[in-house]
Amino acid sequence: MAEYIPDYVGTVTKYVFVESPSMTPGELALRAYEASEGVLIKETCFGLQVTGEPESVDRLIEVIRAFDPSHIFVKDRGFPPGDPRRCRANLGGARPGYLGHEREFRILRYITRGLEELDRRGEEAEVPEPTPPAREKKPKLDIKRLQKLIETEES
Amino acid sequence: MAKVFIYPATSLILSDLVARFGHKPLGAALGIRERIQTAGVDSPPLQITPEEPKRGLKYAAVEVPSGVRGRMAIYGPLLEEAEAAVIVTDADLAFGCMGCARTDELILFTLRQSGIPILELKYPTNEEEGVQFVAAVRKFLAGLEKEGEA
Repeated sequence: MAEYIPDYVGTVTKYVFVESPSMTPGELALRAYEASEGVLIKETCFGLQVTGEPESVDRLIEVIRAFDPSHIFVKDRGFPPGDPRRCRANLGGARPGYLGHEREFRILRYITRGLEELDRRGEEAEVPEPTPPAREKKPKLDIKRLQKLIETEES
Repeated sequence: MAKVFIYPATSLILSDLVARFGHKPLGAALGIRERIQTAGVDSPPLQITPEEPKRGLKYAAVEVPSGVRGRMAIYGPLLEEAEAAVIVTDADLAFGCMGCARTDELILFTLRQSGIPILELKYPTNEEEGVQFVAAVRKFLAGLEKEGEA
């Protein structure tokens, strides 16, 4: 095993997702560069990756969020940008984690609606809470259907 | 500001909402980052060393497969640190191999046993549910602030 010398020690990396009718990832990147002040910015198809000292990144995120608060979403990333263990240039396909992002990206519009609606109603407005999900038992697989599946598989 | 564990631990929505409403989301990225940025002996493709399953013994018995213990070495310290948790129960993105599936079960079990405040939700499937989802998260997180002040 080789000695491992990590890059970007002491930095944080965050994903910035933009799902907005009025702002593209390219436009967000341009505006983010203007406010970056030493933070490394990488433009992606869904938004940005920003890497830098924690304080600088937090400050930049605050500025970025203000562009379109209900359409910009942020989360932490463990790997720095371009890391060969995660970069799809080395892996030859979608990077691990992509499918999770894709799944959540589809429901971001509901979250946006929620943020806008709550913003409109204000802090004190009553919003009915969702009923806590009951832990239902999943219906068991019918024995006849199982037999059919096995037979289909064998034929 | 409370430390809030999020499940699925890679969730963009939960991570964003927790941070947006003024708390610190504890997710997989924090544990991974700590390992990625620690110098040592390389063990591709991740910076997971043979030490991790031993560390995982704190959270899972020795009979538990090393894959689960290795993963718990990442999640365990975060679970210990957590002061609250937000769980999405029907998250179809929280899937994976048997190691991931069993680790997820152990994470949920540990959270429910820990006695910290927990909010359980389902992902919204329409706009009305989206409003309720965000409202529930906001109310839960606001309640944490009040508990902290008391």
